[in-house]
Amino acid sequence: MTTPSPADHLDSDKAHPLGDDHLSGWLAAFGATVSSAYGEQTVIVELPEAYGLLRALRDDPVTCFEQMMDLCGVDYGEDMASSISHPERFAVVYHLLSVSRNERLRVVVYLPEDNPRIRSVVPIWACADWYEREAFDLFGILFEGHPDLRRLLTDYGFIGYPMRKDFPLSGHVEMRFDEKKGRVVYEPVSIDPRVTVPRVIRHESVE
Amino acid sequence: MSEIRNYTMNFGPQHPAAHGVLRLVMEMDGEVVERIDPHIGLLHRGTEKLAESKPYNHNIGYMDRLDYVSMMCNEHAYVLAIEKLLGVVPPIRARYIRVMFSEITRIRNHLLWIAAHGLDIGAMAVFLYAFREREDLCDVYEATSGARLHAAYFRPGGVYRDLPEQMPQYEASRVHSEDEVRAKNINREGSVLDFIESFVERFPGCVDEYENLLTDNRIWKQRTVDIGVVSPERAMQLGFTGPMLRGSGVEWDLRRKQPYEVYPELEFDIPVGMTGDCYDRYLVRVEEMRQSNHVIRQCINWLRQHPGPVMIDDHKLAPPERGNMKDDMESLIHHFKLFTEGYSTPPGQVYQAVEAPKGEFGIYIVSDGANKPYRLKIRAPGFAHLASLDEMARGHMLADVVAIIGTQDIVFGEVDR
Repeated sequence: MTTPSPADHLDSDKAHPLGDDHLSGWLAAFGATVSSAYGEQTVIVELPEAYGLLRALRDDPVTCFEQMMDLCGVDYGEDMASSISHPERFAVVYHLLSVSRNERLRVVVYLPEDNPRIRSVVPIWACADWYEREAFDLFGILFEGHPDLRRLLTDYGFIGYPMRKDFPLSGHVEMRFDEKKGRVVYEPVSIDPRVTVPRVIRHESVE
Repeated sequence: MSEIRNYTMNFGPQHPAAHGVLRLVMEMDGEVVERIDPHIGLLHRGTEKLAESKPYNHNIGYMDRLDYVSMMCNEHAYVLAIEKLLGVVPPIRARYIRVMFSEITRIRNHLLWIAAHGLDIGAMAVFLYAFREREDLCDVYEATSGARLHAAYFRPGGVYRDLPEQMPQYEASRVHSEDEVRAKNINREGSVLDFIESFVERFPGCVDEYENLLTDNRIWKQRTVDIGVVSPERAMQLGFTGPMLRGSGVEWDLRRKQPYEVYPELEFDIPVGMTGDCYDRYLVRVEEMRQSNHVIRQCINWLRQHPGPVMIDDHKLAPPERGNMKDDMESLIHHFKLFTEGYSTPPGQVYQAVEAPKGEFGIYIVSDGANKPYRLKIRAPGFAHLASLDEMARGHMLADVVAIIGTQDIVFGEVDR
């Protein structure tokens, strides 16, 4: 075991993001656009180019994103402020991290409502396995080529995609142990959905 | 001769070594593990879905309950993400208090880890030693935030309140005599900071005790050396972070590499392993406890010399003083509006990660400009670690699976969310 002294990594301490110009030139080959907000860079790419772009982001020495930190689905199906709405309902968001260059990048791919399908990135980052299962479980997004696309977090035999905006917060079924039958039974929920936020207010700049 | 064939074995979800509600379906060839299929989700509470229906501040309590042995680090990522959206910077004293409590939380987490990991693979005594110190840190939590576990102490814009001037003391009762109580209260005479300082002075000796029990222990080494070896390349492929990544020899710590709060001002080292086995990860975590202790000491020194506010002076985000509400109409309105409606964030998306004791704990918020998150995604370190259990345990003996689960430091609150 070694304990490096603070001086060893002082020179590499500061994050040195790629300039916007540099990155957007590199991404143009994939028809992707890059934007920057809150000190974070977001790349939006069309579905057919997504896999090639992600593979290149990992392999190219200029970008070298060895790690995929997070993969999640987003459902844009609810009425919301026009500033972030998008014609497609679903999105898959990848958060990439380059350990060697100390940089993060967010890649967003929008998917249509009627057929949310995208190629699995398990061959690129092995850790995508469970993240894709989770996104499939909660949003119903299909990942083509995934080795084992099963539900992950929800109950055995669960029906529906709970993180979609049209799925009620209180769910559809509730479960209890039935003394007479001597087993667990599922019944329709007995509680009504309740509004917990008294009033949704929106940021002034939006309205 | 009888036919030998593989068989499938179920492990958990109610097994003391499963660290909660982990269910493993294992394919065994005799005593050797061929394949593991972890079944998770038995503690799934839908935190992300719940958060979409509540104002920002109401969700802080849920963050505590994710990784329920490192509560304040989870809150930290959440409040930092909100502050990033709002463009708010808390007062410097609040940032030092946050860092101090993040490191106290790291020690608490590693104490529970060393206790449970030891117990899992046969070192019974460490549990008792580790819990002795953990108890003191619970008291610090309680004195400061009012709760021993689920603190909800970090708030967007600062912390809930300043460190109390008086550390609560034990009182004599029928079962505890005056003398006994006096002995217990010796280091509780002063403020909370005095108590933390007395802990910091004592703690390196306590770590030496754990190391005496384990580091050169023949049985401990037999159970951990060369078990669950992960190469640095593989560790990055598998999405490892925190001590799991550093144990494999990758020098990566967000506190240094992408510093947040006041970490650039503080001095500490990052321990790194060589071989990437369970023993190296043990050494890394033990050294992290010592380094955290060092950071806490620096924070105490700073906090003693720099009194000041611990919350921003913006009553759209922070509640007004209780006293003012009695005779100031505006304060009363601010209080009411803050606790019912909350505040709205500008539209956009942010990802904020902190170096939690288990690895990178990240919060991804998509905001549409409302007073509640449109989408909240929690990136839990344990999720990626547990996903690699199959690969790490393949070809090992059944008993080594327990050692690997222990070294991954799994907590189901964050894996299942």
